Amino acid sequence: MLWVIAIMVMLTVVAAAGALALSNMVSAARADVSGSATLQIVEPDPQQRAAQAEAAQGVLAADRAVAGFRAVPEEEIAELLEPWLGTGENSEAVPLPAIIDVEMRSGVQNADYERLETALQEVAPDARIDAQSEWLAPVLSALSALKWMAFALIALLASVSAAAVWLASRNALGGNRATVEIVHLLGGSDDQIARIFQRSILIDAAVGGLLGFVAGILIISSLAAQFAALQSGMVAGGSLSAIDWLSIALVPLFAVGIAVYTARMTVLSSLRKSL
Amino acid sequence: MAAQIPLQNDSDFRSTGPSETEIVHFDNVGLRYGTDREVLSNISFTLFSSRFYFLTGASGAGKTSLLKLLYLAQRPSRGGIRMFGRDVITLPRDKLPAFRRRMGVVFQDFRLVDHLSAFDNVALPLRVSGVREADLREPVSDMLEWVGLAHRAEARPATLSGGEQQRVAIARAVIGRPEILIADEPTGNVDPEMAVKLMRLFEALNRLGTTVVVATHDVHLLRKVPESLIMRLSKGMLADPTGALRYPPRREGIRGAAG
Ligand SMILES: Nc1ncnc2c1ncn2[C@@H]1O[C@H](COP(=O)(O)OP(=O)(O)OP(=O)(O)O)[C@@H](O)[C@H]1O
Ligand SMILES: [Mg+2]
Repeated sequence: MLWVIAIMVMLTVVAAAGALALSNMVSAARADVSGSATLQIVEPDPQQRAAQAEAAQGVLAADRAVAGFRAVPEEEIAELLEPWLGTGENSEAVPLPAIIDVEMRSGVQNADYERLETALQEVAPDARIDAQSEWLAPVLSALSALKWMAFALIALLASVSAAAVWLASRNALGGNRATVEIVHLLGGSDDQIARIFQRSILIDAAVGGLLGFVAGILIISSLAAQFAALQSGMVAGGSLSAIDWLSIALVPLFAVGIAVYTARMTVLSSLRKSL
Repeated sequence: MAAQIPLQNDSDFRSTGPSETEIVHFDNVGLRYGTDREVLSNISFTLFSSRFYFLTGASGAGKTSLLKLLYLAQRPSRGGIRMFGRDVITLPRDKLPAFRRRMGVVFQDFRLVDHLSAFDNVALPLRVSGVREADLREPVSDMLEWVGLAHRAEARPATLSGGEQQRVAIARAVIGRPEILIADEPTGNVDPEMAVKLMRLFEALNRLGTTVVVATHDVHLLRKVPESLIMRLSKGMLADPTGALRYPPRREGIRGAAG
């Protein structure tokens, strides 16, 4: 009884934390990329490139869908590409593209990109603008599917836990049928008898719930420590908020509630069969 | 064995003359289990307050079945039952516990709670009635002492002998000073000396005003209580050898039969 509750609470706590972290991660990633776009001008002639970049910035400054932009300095681009191109001296040999990070206004539409593209085409024929969300879209939708799977999993796990707790407290009472009958014959009222068992199940369930909760939290924090070691920006977006922690803390309380309710209903229904 | 019987109130009901208050009335009661034939048929009798009744009959005659009706563990298939002046057949379920608390029952199979000590088993009726812990230690200890089990107070039923379990069951039945004591073969597992001692306890309770009903097929036991009235069950029907069931009852009964 105690261990069934402990194990079910532990599993549910870990699953809930995982699902919530994943869900936070997806929302953070989506918020991060949805408003961002990158403008590239691939043109070998530096003069031409600079001129097109200049003109493109003029278009961006005039467009109503653009919130802001920043031309990425050449050194930064060189740094970015260093792993592929090697350092410095032959930078002349491989022409770098001009890159402008563009921040779009929220609620940006595909039509905005199309309009922006045609406007750019006129002044900077070599410019290409890509919304980051476009190429991150498959990743995001995969993450999102994963998130929903995690939620479905915890819904499943929660109902299995509830059923396990229900069965465990029924079993715990099965062994006490004789006691129920005796106290009944000695003049105990239904409510009195139910309260005796609620109390004993409450103690078991509370201890089990606490053990499971502590074990679950230990697992979560060791996982969190391992993910934090990855130092990836995306994992950082997966940290849990106070409300998330609160809902995780509700798991053992919920388990105890089910156990006590089951104890009461089981005793009352078995008593109602007697005179 | 003439130790002080541990019952507080020592006022002697008998000295005020026999009270003729009806405590139980069965009216043409029949009982069948499932769809079988009736194990009890046409049972009619009245029990009066402060009397001592024996219920005898061969094994299988229906003694336990009749007592079950009496201690409200079973509803009759037909007929009427009145207890403490109320019709218990039509009484709603939630009113019955209060009636059960006015009775003490010694079950044929003891029905001790396995996981409670002898002490806690005996204390159970008092706890059910809401007696405070501080107020129940002494009476429970006294009662255990009287049935000779003070040294086994902390023992679980499983570690007690049959006779010891029976004495715990009896202590539990009388601890609450019930208005009616219902005992099913209460001396089945004890030696004759203990049997007599237990009958003394029942008599003492009876003198304090408790109506006593003892089911037994031990005829020797009947002789130990000269004032008793006898009901006899035979194949589910009630015979009335001593006129116990008539009103007013004849009192001589088996007096003098003891040798
Ligand atoms: N729960 C039950 N279901 C079906 N039949 C029962 C049940 N209890 C008792 N009986 C039957 O009812 C009849 C009377 O049984 P009861 O236990 O009342 O006899 P008794 O006089 O107490 O016998 P004993 O002296 O052996 O205790 C028996 O034939 C028995 O088989
Ligand atoms: Mg019997």
